[in-house]
Amino acid sequence: MRKILIVGATSAMAEACARAWAQRGDQLYLAARNALQLQSIADDLKARGAQKVGTKVFDANLLEQHAVLLADATRFMDGLDTVLIAHGTLSDQERAQQDVAYALGEIATNGTSVVSLMTLAGEQLAAQGRGAIAVISSVAGDRGRQSNYVYGSAKALVSAFASGLRQRLAKRGVHVITVKPGFVDTPMTAHLKKGALWAKPEQVARDITRAIDKGGNIVYTPGFWRLIMLIIKHIPEFVFVKIAL
Amino acid sequence: MLPFGNGRSYGDSNLNPGGALLQGGHLDRFIAFDPATGVLCCEGGVLLSTILQLVVPQGWFLPVTPGTQFVTVGGAIANDVHGKNHHVAASFGNHVRQLELLRSDGSRRICSVSENADWFAATVGGLGLTGLITWAEIQLKRIANPYLDTESIRFHSLEEFFELSTASEKDYEYTVSWIDCAFTGKRLGRGLFNRGNHAPAVMDTSAVPPGLPGGVAVHSRKVPITPPVSLINMLSLKSFNTLYFNKQSADVVRSVQHYRPFFYPLDALLEWNRIYGPKGFYQYQCVVPPYRALPATRALLEAIAGGGMGSFLAVLKQFGTQPSLGMLSFPEPGTTLALDFPNQGPKLHALFAQLDRIVLDAGGRLYPAKDGRMGATIFKAGYPRWTEFTPYIDPRFSSGFWRRVMESS
Repeated sequence: MRKILIVGATSAMAEACARAWAQRGDQLYLAARNALQLQSIADDLKARGAQKVGTKVFDANLLEQHAVLLADATRFMDGLDTVLIAHGTLSDQERAQQDVAYALGEIATNGTSVVSLMTLAGEQLAAQGRGAIAVISSVAGDRGRQSNYVYGSAKALVSAFASGLRQRLAKRGVHVITVKPGFVDTPMTAHLKKGALWAKPEQVARDITRAIDKGGNIVYTPGFWRLIMLIIKHIPEFVFVKIAL
Repeated sequence: MLPFGNGRSYGDSNLNPGGALLQGGHLDRFIAFDPATGVLCCEGGVLLSTILQLVVPQGWFLPVTPGTQFVTVGGAIANDVHGKNHHVAASFGNHVRQLELLRSDGSRRICSVSENADWFAATVGGLGLTGLITWAEIQLKRIANPYLDTESIRFHSLEEFFELSTASEKDYEYTVSWIDCAFTGKRLGRGLFNRGNHAPAVMDTSAVPPGLPGGVAVHSRKVPITPPVSLINMLSLKSFNTLYFNKQSADVVRSVQHYRPFFYPLDALLEWNRIYGPKGFYQYQCVVPPYRALPATRALLEAIAGGGMGSFLAVLKQFGTQPSLGMLSFPEPGTTLALDFPNQGPKLHALFAQLDRIVLDAGGRLYPAKDGRMGATIFKAGYPRWTEFTPYIDPRFSSGFWRRVMESS
C-alpha cells in the first residue's frame, strides 16, 4: 500500500491516477484549489476503495505553503512515499506574447512552483531513503514552438530540473519520473478541437501508474509521442523557423 | 438541449438534431457506497460496468440490468430499463431510492417515490426530457459470487415457450429466450429458453468454466471495419439460426456462467453494430398485454418471416405484473419481443407498418429507447399518460424522438 500525495488533484489525469490507486486500497492526500471539487473527488475515491483520503485547499503559487502541505500529508497518512505533481494551467500564448506579467505568472505556475515542490519532496524522500516523485511535464517542453512556447518553456524547465534531480536522487533510493503527455482530452483542453492524436486521461494514467510501479524515467504518453517529438526535435533550425507548429 | 449518456439507445431518443447534447458521461464520480447495506450513490454518468467492477467483489449486484453494461445510470433511469428479471424485480426505476434533477433554470430537485413524487414519475422513463439526472441512489442486491446457474432449454413452438416461461417464473430469477425468426410453417416459434439464478455461496466449483476467475479484466474483441454491405441477410440468417438452434445436442443444458457472458454476450464484441454495414440497422421492441400475447406474437413472427425479413437477434420475454414507476416507462404486464433488422429502406418500413398494426390491435406499445421511426399515433396510443407527462418537460429540452412522436398526424 502506498501513501500518495497528489498536487493538482482535480486535474483529469491526476484524478484518473487516483482512481487506479484508490481501487487497490492506497492512502491518498489530495491538494488543489477548488474545495468543492476536492470533496467530490475524495468521496468518489473512498467509495472506490481508498483506505484513507485527505484533502487540502492549496494554491501552488503560494510557495510558503509547500512545506506545510508536505508536513500535513505526511502527518495525515503517517508517512509519505509517492508524490504526483500534476497542477498546471494551459497558457494563452497570444496573451502571453503581449503581457509580460501574465507570461511570468504562467511560468511560475507551471514551472517554478513545480521546482519548489520537487525540491522539498525530493529532500524528504531522500532522507527516508525511498520513494517516488512523478511530475507531469509535457511534450511541449521538448522544443519551443511558436504556438505555445510560454507554456512549453515552463515545461522545459520542469523536464530539465527533473532530469537532474533524478540523476542525483537515484543514488539515494528516490525514483523521479518525468511524464510527457501529448494531447489529452481533459477539461483543460475542452475548448480545443480533438483529432486522432488525442488520448483519454485513463490511458495516460495507466502509463503513469505503471512507470511508478515498474520503473520508467521519461514517459511519453501515449508512447507514439516519443517518435513524434524525436522528429520535431531534429528538424534543423533553418527549416524550423520557416514552418508553423 | 438533451442529456446524452453513453450513446447506447438505438434510435433518436438520445439525439437532438439542430440542438445541443449535454455530455452526461463526464459526471462519473461515485458519491458513497455502503458495502453493509448495498446502497450506492453516484453521479448520473457512471457506467453500469464501473459499478459492477466495484460492487461484485464486495458481494453486490445491480438490481436490474439491461443487455449491455455500457450504459450510464442516468440513461438507465431515463429509459427505465428492464432485464431478464423483470418478472420478479420490475424495472430499473423501481430500485432508485432517490435522484437529483437539475433543470435548465438552475433549480435542483431531490425526487423519489415520496418526495417530489410527480417529478420522479416523470423522470423515470422520461427520456431525459425533464432535466439532467445529476446523481442517483440505488439499492443493490446481494450475491454470493459472480456466477450464475443457468439452463438452456430448446423449445419448438410458441405454446411451448409460454408454458416454459410460466413454469419458470417462480423458481428462476432470470428468464429470456432467443427465438428463431427466419422460418415460417413448422419451425415458426422455435427457440432456446434461458433461465438462471445467482449461484449460491456453496457451489460446485468443478462446474466453473476454466479461465474465469472473479477478476475485473474484460476481454473484448472489436469489429475492426465496417463491411460495405450488411453481413446479415436471409441466407446467413437461416444457416446461423439452424446451427444455433442445434448447437446443444441435448434439449436441456445446464451450466455455470460468469455474469458477463450471461448478461452481456454482445459486450464481448465491441462495435458489433458494424456487421450491419454502413446503412446500419433498426431495432423494434414491443410489448403486448397477456391476454393477446400468444396470437399477437404469432402474428408478428409470421409477418417477419413471411416478409422474408428475418431478424438476427430476436428476444422474447414475459414481463411480470409489478408496475413500473414512470409515466412513460415501457414495461407493462405481457410479452415483449425485441428484434433487429438490417436497414433495407422502404421494404423494412412497410414491414414495420404491418407490425405496428398488430401491436396497436393488441393494445401494446413500442420501446422508445430502441426506436428511430415510430409515429405519433402508435406512441400516443401506447403511452396514454403522455399528456400527463408533457408539463414536466424542461422548456429548453427536446429530442429528435420527441419532436417526431409529438407531430400531429
